[in-house]
Amino acid sequence: MSFTPDIRLFSCHYTSQQSCAHEGRELQELGFPENVRMTRVACTGKLEVLTLLKAFEDGADGVYVVGCPKDGCHNVKGSQRAAKRVQAVRDALEELGVEPDRVRMYHLPRGLHPEFVDAAREMDEGIRSMGPGPFGG
Amino acid sequence: MIVAERKPLAEIMEMVRDCKKILVLACRGCVTVCSAGGEREAAILASLVRLGMKKNGRDVEVIEGSLVRQCDREYVDAIDQWKGQYDAILSTACGVGVNFIANLRPRDNVLPALNTTFFGGSAEQGVWSEQCAGCGDCVLHLTGGLCPVARCAKSLMNGPCGGSVNGRCEIHPDVDCVWQMIYDRMGRLDRQKEMAKPAPIRDWSAAGHGGPRKQVRQDLTV
Ligand code: SF4
Ligand code: SF4
Repeated sequence: MSFTPDIRLFSCHYTSQQSCAHEGRELQELGFPENVRMTRVACTGKLEVLTLLKAFEDGADGVYVVGCPKDGCHNVKGSQRAAKRVQAVRDALEELGVEPDRVRMYHLPRGLHPEFVDAAREMDEGIRSMGPGPFGG
Repeated sequence: MIVAERKPLAEIMEMVRDCKKILVLACRGCVTVCSAGGEREAAILASLVRLGMKKNGRDVEVIEGSLVRQCDREYVDAIDQWKGQYDAILSTACGVGVNFIANLRPRDNVLPALNTTFFGGSAEQGVWSEQCAGCGDCVLHLTGGLCPVARCAKSLMNGPCGGSVNGRCEIHPDVDCVWQMIYDRMGRLDRQKEMAKPAPIRDWSAAGHGGPRKQVRQDLTV
C-alpha cells in the first residue's frame, strides 16, 4: 500500500535545537522525512496526554515524542514524565483496538545526532507498514 | 475523598454506541482530586470517545462540561445550560453524582464513566488506598485511629485472625495486617491494655445492612 503517513513529532527544545539551524536545511540534507511535522516544546514533560490524543484527532497516523535521555534530562525528570504519558496513550489506543506503536517515545541525546533522523525514519517506516490510522483523518 | 477510576474503554464505548450527542460531564469534587474524573480526565475521555467512534465509523458530537459537584441539587440544575446539546450524559463523577443526576433529571440518559472504588487518601503521588468504609458507627477511638472495618480483610473487631504473619495479612504479602498496626500503635500510645476488653457485637444496621441510609438535620432543613 502506498500512502504518505501524517506523522507528528513533539520534540524537546534541547534535543531538536540544532535540527532547526539554517531553517532546517541540514535536517533535509540528512534525509529527515518530509511528512514528519515537528512541534518543539520547552520540555517534553510539559506534554499532556490530551496533546497527543488531539494530534490523532487532527488526523495524524502516527505520533512520537523525542526527549532527553532518561537519566540526563535538562529538566531532571521531564522526559521520564513524557514517557509515562506516551505509555498512557499507548494503553488507551490498545483499549480502543488500535496498534499502540502508532505512538512512541524516544530518548535521544541533545543536539543534532544521526539518531534524531533515524527515529523519524523508523516512525515513518513503521506507520507505512501499519497503514493509515483508523481515525479516518 | 471518594476514590474512583475510569472504566475500561471498551465498556464505555459499548454504553455510548448509539449516542449521537454526548455531554462528557466532569465533577470538580473528589474525582478531580483523585485524578479520575475532573476536567482534565473528562477532556481526555471526550477525546478518546471521539477517536473510538471515528474508528467504529460512527458520527458523534462530543461536548465537555463540568459541575462544581454532581452530588448537590443546586449544581446539578446547572446542566440546563447544555439543554438540547446531548442525548446522553457520560458522567465522570463517582456513583453518587450519577445517581443524583438520575434522581433529579428524569428525562436525562446518564451513564457512568467511572468505577467508584472506595473512601481513601493518597499518601504518595499517584497511589490511593482505602481508609474508611462509612460504617456509620465509628470505632477509631478504640483502635488508635486505624480502621478495622475497612482495613482488615475480614472486618474483625477483636484483634487479628490466625492468618496474620510478620505484620502482614494472609490475603496478600503486600497488605499490612491492620490489627498488628493497631496493636503496635496502641503500645506506642501506652494504651495496649485497653485492647484486652472485648469489643461488643456490632449492630451493622448503621453500615447499610438495614437498607439505604439517610440523615436529616432538622436545624438545616428549610
Ligand atoms: S459527585 Fe462524587 S466525586 Fe463529585 S463531589 Fe460529589 S461525592 Fe465527590
Ligand atoms: S470504623 Fe467505620 S466510620 Fe470509622 S473509619 Fe472505620 S469504616 Fe469509617
